[in-house]
Amino acid sequence: MKTNHQDFINGARDSLPILLGVVPFALICSVAAISVGLNPFEAVGMSFIVFAGASQLAVLQLIGEGAVWVVMLITAWVINLRFIMYSASLAPYLQDEPAKRTIPFVYILSDQAFGVSMSKFANKMPDNPAWYYYGSALAIWITWIISAIFGALLGNLVPESWGLAFAFPLSFMALMFASIKDRPTLIAALVGGITAIATKGLPYNLGLIISAFLGILAGVFAEKGGKK
Amino acid sequence: MNGFPLWILFIALAIGNFALRYSFIYLFGKVDVPDWLRDALKFVPASVLAALVFPALVYTEGVINISFENIHLLAGMGGALVAWRTKNVMWTIVVGMVLFWILQTL
Repeated sequence: MKTNHQDFINGARDSLPILLGVVPFALICSVAAISVGLNPFEAVGMSFIVFAGASQLAVLQLIGEGAVWVVMLITAWVINLRFIMYSASLAPYLQDEPAKRTIPFVYILSDQAFGVSMSKFANKMPDNPAWYYYGSALAIWITWIISAIFGALLGNLVPESWGLAFAFPLSFMALMFASIKDRPTLIAALVGGITAIATKGLPYNLGLIISAFLGILAGVFAEKGGKK
Repeated sequence: MNGFPLWILFIALAIGNFALRYSFIYLFGKVDVPDWLRDALKFVPASVLAALVFPALVYTEGVINISFENIHLLAGMGGALVAWRTKNVMWTIVVGMVLFWILQTL
């Protein structure tokens, strides 16, 4: 049991540097929620329950545009498809753990906890990797919630005249550039983006979902073509 | 928001997220991630995020506007430069917003 706790603490401690990125992102999610008309309680509630920043921002933008809820759900779902990869990569380390522990800690799986844990496992395997992951996930989740609360208080102070809605595309832009790693991902972005401009007029923001899938398809084909 | 209760939306989003996060932890040893899915998932972030960004910069009040009159596009270009160099959300927002405010007063 002793080593479990040590691994848990190590996981939390190794997550400290990455918290610098978690804090502003959580702040932004809350401020964005307030800017489209949620109250502070709803803003924090969203971060608490949903806990997936990029998809929260996308849903908030769609709320601001008055989209229908089905489109919001599908958009969030598509953005969060990456969790399938995280799930598959973490699975071997959580097999001997009871569901009463894996379920809560998988609920709070984040990009950051996944990144911290997998880079540790690749370098030096902890005695109990599951507990290392738990420590990292919990440290990030607690930081996220506290920052979301501060953001909600802050968001109430920002007047609408500041045009903060523009922060949505700006935040997506930073995440987009971080995800463009090679030629196929660049092509996926260009096709997704240009199709989205062309399909903007479609009802229910359906253009967004169509564009996302065409972009993904273009990326897959670009990669296949590149290999030949 | 079309009469759909916000909290039900949050719970629906959370259920979807948990299903994705738990998927292959639950399926471990029963099913492997199919290759086509693994290949496709790589392109999800770049594609979706671009689909959110491009129209937001190019459209003003519902029409395509590619000109120096479109301050979202101009400020967005500045933001893009920062995003490309730093990949940092906070800095991209700070620089993009400051540019936007400056262009607004011109």
